[in-house]
Amino acid sequence: MTSLTAADRSTVLHHRPPLDRVNPVTKVLAVLILSVPLLLTIDWVSASTAVLLEVMLFPLSGLRFTALLKRALPVLVFAPIGGISMLLYAKPGGTEYLSLGFVRVTDNSIELAVAVTIRVLALGLPTILLFARVDPTDLADGLSQITKLPSRFVLGILAGARMLGLFIDDWRSLALARRARGLGDRGVVRRFASMAFVLLVFAIRRGSKLATAMEARGFGAPNERTWARPSRLGRADVVAVLVTIVIMAFALSTAVLAGTFRVVGQ
Amino acid sequence: MPGAAATGPARVVARDWGWRHAGRKAWAVRDLDLVIEPGERVLLLGASGAGKSTLIHALAGVLGGADEGESHGSLLVDGVPPERARGRIGLVLQDPDSQVILSKVGDDVAFGCENLGVEREEIWRRVDASLEAVGLDLPLDHSTSALSGGQKQRLALAGVLAMHPSLLLLDEPTANLDPAGVAEVRDAVARLVDDGSSTLVVIEHRVDVWRELMTRVVVLDADGGVLADGPPDLVLDDVGQRLADAGVWVPGIPLGLAPRPVSGPSAAVITTDDLAIGRTRKQPVQEHLGLAVPEGAATVIVGPNGAGKSTLALTLAGLLPEITGTVTAAPQLAGRLGSRPIRWKSTELLTRIGTVFQDPEHQFVSSTVRNELGVGLQALRWSRTAIDERVSEILEALGLGRLAEANPFSLSGGQKRRLSVATVLAARPAVMVLDEPTFGQDRRTWLSLVRLLQHELERGATILSVTHDAGVVEHLGDHRILLEPLELGRRAA
Amino acid sequence: MSASTKISPSERAASRTLRWRVVDIVVVAVLGVATGLIFWAWNTLGSLWYAGASAVTPGFGGIAVGIWLLGGVLGGLIIRKPGAALLVETIGAIVSALIGNAWGVTTVYSGLAQGLGAELVFAALAYKRFGLVPAILAGAGAGAGAWLLELVMSGNLEKGVEFNAIYLGSLLVSGAVLAGVVGWALVRALASTGALSRFASGRDARREV
Ligand SMILES: Nc1ncnc2c1ncn2[C@@H]1O[C@H](COP(=O)(O)OP(=O)(O)OP(=O)(O)O)[C@@H](O)[C@H]1O
Ligand SMILES: Nc1ncnc2c1ncn2[C@@H]1O[C@H](COP(=O)(O)OP(=O)(O)OP(=O)(O)O)[C@@H](O)[C@H]1O
Ligand SMILES: [Mg+2]
Ligand SMILES: [Mg+2]
Repeated sequence: MTSLTAADRSTVLHHRPPLDRVNPVTKVLAVLILSVPLLLTIDWVSASTAVLLEVMLFPLSGLRFTALLKRALPVLVFAPIGGISMLLYAKPGGTEYLSLGFVRVTDNSIELAVAVTIRVLALGLPTILLFARVDPTDLADGLSQITKLPSRFVLGILAGARMLGLFIDDWRSLALARRARGLGDRGVVRRFASMAFVLLVFAIRRGSKLATAMEARGFGAPNERTWARPSRLGRADVVAVLVTIVIMAFALSTAVLAGTFRVVGQ
Repeated sequence: MPGAAATGPARVVARDWGWRHAGRKAWAVRDLDLVIEPGERVLLLGASGAGKSTLIHALAGVLGGADEGESHGSLLVDGVPPERARGRIGLVLQDPDSQVILSKVGDDVAFGCENLGVEREEIWRRVDASLEAVGLDLPLDHSTSALSGGQKQRLALAGVLAMHPSLLLLDEPTANLDPAGVAEVRDAVARLVDDGSSTLVVIEHRVDVWRELMTRVVVLDADGGVLADGPPDLVLDDVGQRLADAGVWVPGIPLGLAPRPVSGPSAAVITTDDLAIGRTRKQPVQEHLGLAVPEGAATVIVGPNGAGKSTLALTLAGLLPEITGTVTAAPQLAGRLGSRPIRWKSTELLTRIGTVFQDPEHQFVSSTVRNELGVGLQALRWSRTAIDERVSEILEALGLGRLAEANPFSLSGGQKRRLSVATVLAARPAVMVLDEPTFGQDRRTWLSLVRLLQHELERGATILSVTHDAGVVEHLGDHRILLEPLELGRRAA
Repeated sequence: MSASTKISPSERAASRTLRWRVVDIVVVAVLGVATGLIFWAWNTLGSLWYAGASAVTPGFGGIAVGIWLLGGVLGGLIIRKPGAALLVETIGAIVSALIGNAWGVTTVYSGLAQGLGAELVFAALAYKRFGLVPAILAGAGAGAGAWLLELVMSGNLEKGVEFNAIYLGSLLVSGAVLAGVVGWALVRALASTGALSRFASGRDARREV
């Protein structure tokens, strides 16, 4: 039997891409650091700098380039949407290029539109960078052991969320079942809608039974719980936090130096 | 310290205990007075629907509260309500599909130990040991979502065995296992209770497997209370005939079924040519299959867990596409449709090839038992009266009459199985593909099922069953197809 | 179930605890995952609609947002425990972000704000009323939460008063209809299948057999 004991597991770690060595909890912190300052400010220099630095970190993630592109596609395609709204409706300022009812395209709105568009990229990339390869079980381990969130909730939610992986399988077998039961000939739209509903029903039933199965294995017992997989913080985590702080500080100070720095609403 | 598991076997006391499920008028269990002493090994028997699973859920403290039903009397494990003793009790549920908790095999087995507060090193030791004990030979990081029915059952059992519980509760732990697996699992349980550190309660219709290991047999009466109670030999030998009439599989009492007439060679109704099958195109589980299903006869597919029997059944039934090769239906079955069942429309399939899935819940589509049986007939545009007549007839034959308005998902394990077989019987397809049609059945319901199927055979239907049940092989196995698993190496390639 | 009773059983204050059972937690996660998939499916259609409506009118893009507010209403109506609305909406947002959408982490912040909006409505009703009206209010509450967050997060503070007023109005309407009414109807349909039999919300649909 090929079995990994606890000791083997830690040796395997070293062959993984550097970002995989960072604890998922640290990644949550990193995403916070990379997003909150950007949300409070709105300028194209800090956003562009952040995008540039984030892109440079991608080789560390272990993602293939095609996988990255596939994941980044929605960000790239939809980034301009926020920009359009800003372009048309931002408070006017500077030279006016177009005025049509409520619509006022001005220097100010153009600058903001560009900034918002780039900011969407800067906010979208960290999630892909950090979370594309996170195993939910590791995240749950970290959340309970390191941040000490209540394990009943964390593990209950983890177990329920595993259903996501089963949805595709369930969808397939429910489709088979409906075909076998003579219900497979309806129109595409109706079939899709009714299948989606059935899937939801099925998932809730599964969830209810899963709760019973968990209790049947002592989940929610009064005694202290132990953890089969240790979740620890290490040097990689310190480095990761430092790097994100540096990225953010660098992005914001470039904006200040360039004179474009601007807090939302000012 | 190794946690609560170290406190020795548990004692169970039920006084005038009963439970009524929310939404049901009838009590599932009633008037139960029962004491199980520490270290006893009890085989819990009773007809399908007698309330065995309900009782064992109650013992594990997972029956729920007022939202789920109404209780009566008292039920205590070591003097406290079972919910409070939860960490010391391990239960394997009847339905293996719903018990997978985490996404990797190793983590899933470790889950129970973690809840009990077992030390980390010890957890992984126990995980390895219990996986080996149940014969689940998979890497610890194997995904739990791609397991066959029998593999899931072994996994659930390993998870509970690793807990070393004071009270070990098993609800039909071998229903989906191949014969070798049954013995393996029984032996694993035997090793665990050998030192007397756990009290054991097992529900299983097949008495012979567990008889040697058990110190006591308790037979639940469907009408409340206990029908028989005592050492296995005494109970089964003394009142054997009475128990058999009540649905218990008493070894040695003949079934009274006429042997199947030996049929001559008949034409094939479905054939395959160089067929490769699998759930996904990339992973064939069987290759180069050249099979023929004879018309108007009963054929069984047998083989170990994970060999690909269910996959084969679904492919032959026109539900899964072939990976390579073809499934061909003979002209008398296909009529003017093309010869490949996978191309047929859903309603065309209904009267030609009917399929019972291994997991009954996968095929339920309605919210009452009656509607469930009517669905296919409605799709075939039968008249209302014709539907009602046919549905009532089948309900009575399978002992589901009183449950006509119940929700299919709220049935007992055996009742669900019968209902799912009934949905196929209702439309009278020319070919019936049945995946484990008899698991979880008591002697009486088993007999009515097999009689119904034999009756369909006499009418000229073709029956193809996947089974681990020797009785089905004997009575519905004019022809046999044996599947051996592909070696892992080849499968990966 | 007679139609003549003034208070429908679903709105009756039941004598039950607000403590979370394991089944509540697991089903919250299941609902979160399911709504996450709905969000994700709506992401393309919804944002195109949003963009289209925004291009011709100031702020009416908010009409498309309601579907993204469904989680809070579903969670609150089905589970009926404090925090359920917030959890379902947030888990839905996390799932949508992890599968991959255009907004990354900000989806999660949106989920939190929208869930909180719905949650506060259920809390204000003391977790005792779960009919159509509370559902509509919760949907609108989620819309208000979205609006507040976007003042900063989408930089809407930079836009004029007209824009923000119209945007708020359309969010409230969309939340009330696409999240409130739709969510309520969905819960009714779920209950009638018997899937909610372990929840107070499914008890009304149960018949004794
Ligand atoms: N969740 C439920 N809701 C309503 N009724 C239920 C529920 N579970 C079981 N029942 C009913 O309670 C009765 C006893 O069911 P139980 O599952 O305990 O039977 P069982 O003895 O285990 O049968 P089997 O051998 O078929 O598994 C049955 O009539 C069943 O339909
Ligand atoms: N949904 C699935 N997705 C991917 N792989 C699967 C799936 N279901 C089963 N498998 C794999 O396909 C193989 C064949 O499974 P199948 O269910 O056909 O076996 P089986 O012979 O019916 O076994 P059992 O007797 O345990 O029911 C197994 O090795 C299993 O791991
Ligand atoms: Mg049972
Ligand atoms: Mg099978």
